[in-house]
Amino acid sequence: MKTDIILSGVGGQGILSIAAAIGEAALKEGLYMKQAEVHGMSQRGGDVQSNLRLSDQPIASDLIPLGHADLIISLEPMESLRYLPYLNKEGWLVTNSQPFVNIPNYPEIEKVNAELDKLPHKVVLDVEAIAKEAGSVRAANIVMLGAATPFLGLEYEKIEEGVRSIFARKGEEIVAMNLKALKAGYEIAQSKQA
Amino acid sequence: MGKHLFLGDEAIAQAAIDAGLSGVYAYPGTPSTEITEYIQGSPVAKERNIHCKWSANEKTAMEAALGMSYAGKRSLCCMKHVGLNVAADCFMNAAMSGINGGMIIVTADDPSMHSSQNEQDNRMFGNFAMIPMLEPSSQQEAYDMVYEGFELSERLGYPILLRVTTRMAHSRAGVETREMKDTLPMHCPEDGRQRYILLPALARQRYRKLIAAQETFEQASEASPYNIYYDAPDKSLGIIATGIAFNYLSENYPDGFKHPVLKIAQYPVPTEKLARLVDECDEILVLEEGYPVVEQQLKGLLSKGLKVHGRLDGTLQRDGELTPDAVGKALGLTITQYYATPEVVEQRPPALCQGCGHRDMYQALNDVLAEYEGAKVFGDIGCYTLGALPPFRAIDSCIDMGASITMAKGASDAGVFPAVSVIGDSTFTHSGMTGLLDCVNENTNITIVISDNETTAMTGGQDSAGTGRLESICAGIGVDPAHIRVMIPLKKNYEEMKQIIREEIEYKGVSVLIPRRECIQTLTRKKKASKK
Ligand SMILES: Cc1ncc(C[n+]2csc(CCOP(=O)(O)OP(=O)(O)O)c2C)c(N)n1
Ligand code: SF4
Repeated sequence: MKTDIILSGVGGQGILSIAAAIGEAALKEGLYMKQAEVHGMSQRGGDVQSNLRLSDQPIASDLIPLGHADLIISLEPMESLRYLPYLNKEGWLVTNSQPFVNIPNYPEIEKVNAELDKLPHKVVLDVEAIAKEAGSVRAANIVMLGAATPFLGLEYEKIEEGVRSIFARKGEEIVAMNLKALKAGYEIAQSKQA
Repeated sequence: MGKHLFLGDEAIAQAAIDAGLSGVYAYPGTPSTEITEYIQGSPVAKERNIHCKWSANEKTAMEAALGMSYAGKRSLCCMKHVGLNVAADCFMNAAMSGINGGMIIVTADDPSMHSSQNEQDNRMFGNFAMIPMLEPSSQQEAYDMVYEGFELSERLGYPILLRVTTRMAHSRAGVETREMKDTLPMHCPEDGRQRYILLPALARQRYRKLIAAQETFEQASEASPYNIYYDAPDKSLGIIATGIAFNYLSENYPDGFKHPVLKIAQYPVPTEKLARLVDECDEILVLEEGYPVVEQQLKGLLSKGLKVHGRLDGTLQRDGELTPDAVGKALGLTITQYYATPEVVEQRPPALCQGCGHRDMYQALNDVLAEYEGAKVFGDIGCYTLGALPPFRAIDSCIDMGASITMAKGASDAGVFPAVSVIGDSTFTHSGMTGLLDCVNENTNITIVISDNETTAMTGGQDSAGTGRLESICAGIGVDPAHIRVMIPLKKNYEEMKQIIREEIEYKGVSVLIPRRECIQTLTRKKKASKK
C-alpha cells in the first residue's frame, strides 16, 4: 500500500487539519508516514501546500516526485490546478468548487472549471454548502476529507475514528456533526467514482 | 520512550529534553521556531525547569547558551540560518574557548528561500569555526544526533553545529524516542580562565588546540554511525549524498543503489571513506542541499584528474533546494510528468491580513510622503515587509534585521530627505536599539516608525522583548520624549496620524513614531485560548 497525497489551498483555510486527520488514521493502521508542511511567509493568504505520503514500506523522500501523486486534495479550485504536474496518470483530484478570491487577477471561474473538466478523474464539490447542510460551515474541511476518503487507501471506518479522536475533546454533539459532514462528502465522492 | 509523529524540529526538541537539557536559548526564525516552541509547551520541560524563554536576538541567545554550558549544564541554541550571522562573533569564539556542559547549536537553513532573504549554507560557517557538524537525513536521525550530540560535544570539548534545512525542519515522520536522562549538576570548569579568557596570549594557545583537535574531529567522523559507505557493483559512478539529499537519492533507487554511495551526515568530511569512493569509482556525483561545500572541497581549485559532478558543473542547478526530481535528473533517470499547470493559474503572493495595523500605518505614511519628492523608506524584516507589495509599494529596502534605522541614517548623512525607517517592535529590540543610539549621538535627521503590534507576528506570534516599554527604551537611549509619538493606527485616526508624521518629518533630528495596535492574529489566538 502506498498513497502519495498533495494537499493545497490558501493560507488560513486549514489544509493541515485535513492532513492531521489522515495522519492520525494512518498511524493507527501502523503505516509509515511523511508529511512536509509549509510554515511562515506563505501563510498570510498566499498559496500553501503539503505533501503527505503513506506506505506500508519505509518512505525515503519527504517530497513527492513529479507525476507520482495519487491524489490532490484542494480547498480551492485554482490551487488544485497548480500542483497538476505532481499527479500521476490515474490519480484523482478532489477539490472544493468555490474560489477564494484575494488577488485582483483571479481568473474567470469558467476558465478554471474548463481546466478541471479536462481531467479524467476528479470530484468537484461545494464543501461549504454541504457542511452547512450537515450542521456548520466549520465542518467544510471534514466534508473535504470525506470526499477524499475513497482514494486514500484507508478504510472509511479508520478515517471516522480519526475524526472522532480529533473532536473528542469538544463533546459528542460536535463529533456527531463532523461525522455527518464526513459521510456527506464521502457519499458524493463515491457517486462520482462509480 | 515510544513512537511519535514529529516534525524534524520537534524531534530535535524532544531529543534535547530526553538527553538532559537544562536550557534552550533562541530567537524565532523560520524554519527553526518550532524547536523552542515545543520545549515551551512540554510538561516535562516545565517540571524540570528547563530554561525556554525567547532571547532578544541570536547573539544574546548563543552567549547565554555558552554561559549555561560554562556552568556545566547542557544547552541548546536555535536559529534560522541568517541568525548565525548575528551570533557569529560568539560562534567563532566559542570554538576557541570550547565548552564545558554539552552545547548544540542548531541552524535551520532555508534553501529556495521559502521565507528568507538568502540561502546561505551554514556548513560553511561550521567549517569557518572549525567545529564538528551534524546534518541529519531523517527525523529519526535528527533525534538520535541530538540525543547523543551532547555527549559528543562533551567528549570532544567543543560546541556542535547541527544543520537542518526547511524540508527536514518542517516535515513530520515517525520517531522512536529513548530513555530520558537526568540533567547535569552545576559544575564550573577548573581550567576556566585558561580557556574562556581569550586574551591574545591565551587565545593563541586555544587556537593551536583547536587546530590540533581537527584530527580528533575527523576520527569521530570516520567512526560515526551516520557516515555510511554502501557498496554496489556499478563503479562507473560513485555518489556522495549529504544530509537530506540521501533521502532523495534513496527515493530514486527503491530497489537498492546501483552505484556505490557515501552518505555523509557528520563533518568534517570523513576523508578515508571519501578516498575509498574516489579510488573505486570512475566519476563522482555530489548531492548536497545548499552550497557545493563538499563538492568544492573534493574538487579543489584545479580538480586534477578527478571527474566531479554536482552543482558546480551544472549537473544540478546551482541554486535552490534539492528535490527528488532534481536528483533523479542528475542520475540520468527519466522523469514522467502527465499534466502541466494550466495557464489560467495565477500567482498568489502572501499579503498583510485585512485589518492589520501595519496597513493603516502604511496608508498614512504613503499619503504624507507623496507630498515630498525624494523620500526614501528603509524597511526591515517582519510582516510589515509585505508593505513592499501592492497596493502599498511603500518601502525601498529590506536587507537584514535592524538595517532600516542604520541605512536610513547613512542615507540621511548623504543628504536623503525625508529619510524614513520602518521597523517592527521585535526587530527593534533584536537589533534596532544600537542603531538608534548612533542616530541620537549625531542627532541625525531621521524619522523612525516602530510599527508596534506587540508581538513577533511574522514567525507566528511569539512574545516581543520590549512590549510595553518601547517609549521608555527610546527615551533611555536619548530620544527627546517630545519626539516620541504614539498613535493608534486606525482609519478614523488618519488625519491625526498624518499630522503627526508631517510634524516629525519636518523636525530636524531623531523622531520615533509608534503606531501601536495588537496583531489581529495574535489577538484572535489569545481570545481562543482564554475561552478554553
Ligand atoms: C537574524 C534574523 N533572525 C530572525 C529572522 C526571522 N524573522 C523575520 S521577521 C521576524 C520578527 C518580526 O517581528 P516584528 O519586527 O515585531 O514584526 P511583525 O512580524 O510582528 O510585524 C523574525 C523573527 C530573520 N529574518 N533574521
Ligand atoms: S499576522 Fe498580524 S502583523 Fe502579520 S499581517 Fe497579519 S495582522 Fe498583520
